Amino acid sequence: MVGIVGYGAHIPRHRIKVEEIAKVWGADAPSYKKGLMLTQKSVPSPDTDTITLSVTAARNALLRAGKVNPVEIGAIYIGSESHPYAVKPSGTVVAEAIGATPEIHCADFEFACKAGSEAMFVCLGLVKSGYVKYALAIGADTSQGAPGDALEYSASAGAAAFIMGSDNLLAEAVDTYAYMTDTPDFWRREYQFYPQHGGRFTGEPAYFKHVTGCAEGMMKKVGMKPSDFNYVVFHQPNGKFPMRVGKMLGFKKEQIEPGWLTPRLGNTYSGSSPIGLTATLDIAKPGDMILMVSYGSGAGSDGFVWKVTDRINEVRDKAVRTTKLLDENITFVDYGTYAKFRHKIRKND
Amino acid sequence: MFPARAHREYPHRYRLEAGQCKKCGKVVFPRRLICPVCGHREFGKVILPDTGKLVSYSVIRVAPSQFTDEAPYAIGIAELTNGVKLMAQVADCDVDNIKVGMDIRIEFRRIQTDGHHGVLSYGYKFVPKWY
Repeated sequence: MVGIVGYGAHIPRHRIKVEEIAKVWGADAPSYKKGLMLTQKSVPSPDTDTITLSVTAARNALLRAGKVNPVEIGAIYIGSESHPYAVKPSGTVVAEAIGATPEIHCADFEFACKAGSEAMFVCLGLVKSGYVKYALAIGADTSQGAPGDALEYSASAGAAAFIMGSDNLLAEAVDTYAYMTDTPDFWRREYQFYPQHGGRFTGEPAYFKHVTGCAEGMMKKVGMKPSDFNYVVFHQPNGKFPMRVGKMLGFKKEQIEPGWLTPRLGNTYSGSSPIGLTATLDIAKPGDMILMVSYGSGAGSDGFVWKVTDRINEVRDKAVRTTKLLDENITFVDYGTYAKFRHKIRKND
Repeated sequence: MFPARAHREYPHRYRLEAGQCKKCGKVVFPRRLICPVCGHREFGKVILPDTGKLVSYSVIRVAPSQFTDEAPYAIGIAELTNGVKLMAQVADCDVDNIKVGMDIRIEFRRIQTDGHHGVLSYGYKFVPKWY
C-alpha cells in the first residue's frame, strides 16, 4: 500500500483583480469574470519563484509527515513550466534546502500544467517498486501569460508538495491512470517568454477530451462511479472548465467545491490540481474517497483515486491550511506593481 | 554573488544551521571555528527555529544596484525563539507597517540575481508572522 505521508501548499500573498488587468487593456472586466469564472489571481513577489514556493510547500509537507527524516527521501521531482533556470535543476536547491541531499535522485519535470501530477505519479511508482522509501513530488509554477492575452487574467503562482511513502499514510493511492494524445493546444517555443495557445481549441479536443477520458478510464479501472466519491479535483485553467467537466461526468457541485480554488487563486498551472487536492485533504474525513484528474496541454491527464485514512485528523493542522493561505493576509496590487513584480518592464542592465 | 561563495554558505542560508559550542553551549550563527565566549573549538550542529520577534530595523531607500527594484525595503534584526539574533531583509511587508516587536517567520526566498546570466542566490528573509 502506497500513498501520501505528508502534504503542504504555499501561495504568495499578493493578488490582482480582473478589473485591474482589464482596465489597462481596455477589456470588459465583467465579461472576463463571467467567461473565466474568476475574480482575481495570485501574484508572486520579485523574490518568489518556483524554487522558493517549492521549498515552503515541501517544509509544510514535512511538518505533516511527522517522523520522516529528510535524508530518507530518495527522490525529488518538481513539475513546473517556470523553472528559474533553463539548465540547472530546481530540485537540487529544494533538496538542499530541506536537508535531503546527497543520496537522492532528482529531475525536473515538464508537461505544461500536469508536470506536478507527473511527479506524483512517478513518486508513487518508485515507492511501490521499493526503489526508495519516500519520494517528494512537487507541482509549482509562477505562470506566464502574455500582456493583454486572456491567459494574463488567470496565470498565477503557487505550489503543492506531497511526500509519498508506504507506511503511516494519510491518504492511500488506491490506483492511478494516465490518458495522453498529441494535441497542440498550448505551447511555448524555446527562448520565448510567453506561451501561445489555440484559443477555443484548448476546450473540447484538448481539456474536455482528456479530462473526461482520464476520469472515465480511472473510474472504470477501479470499478467506481461519481457517486462513490466524496470529492473530485480537476485541473482548473479557469473557474468554468472544472465545473463543466464535473457536470459532464456526473459529479455534483458539492463534490468539486472544496478543491475548486481558481476563482480566488487563478491557474497555478503545475500547481493547480495538486493545490486543489491539498485544500480537499484539509477538510476530508477518514474513509473519504477523492478522485483527482490533472490536465496538461500537449496533451494529457493523470488520474488518482485517494482513500483518506484516520491519520488525516492528526496531521491536517500540523501546517497551515490551503484556504487560509488563499483567503487571509492578502494584499491587492495595481497593474504597475504587478508588471514590475513579473518583470514585464524591460530595463537597462 | 560568486557561485563558490554561495555554495559555501548553503548550510546557514538554506537550512539555518548554527553551531553550538560543546563546552559552554553558546549557539553561533553562522558557524564559527572558535567559540566567542569560551574559546572552545568543537561545535555541534543545531537548526534554528523559524519564528521570533523583530528587535530593530532600518529602511533602505537608496539600494545597491542588485536590489534597486525592491526599494524601499527594510533590513531587520530578529531575536528567534531560542534567543539567537540574526539579520535579514523583511519581505512581504510595507515599510510603513514594520514595527519593533512584531512577530516574524523565516521564509526561503530569492536573495539576489547576478544579472540575466549569473547564478541565482537563495536564502532566508523575515516575513510578518500571521498564522
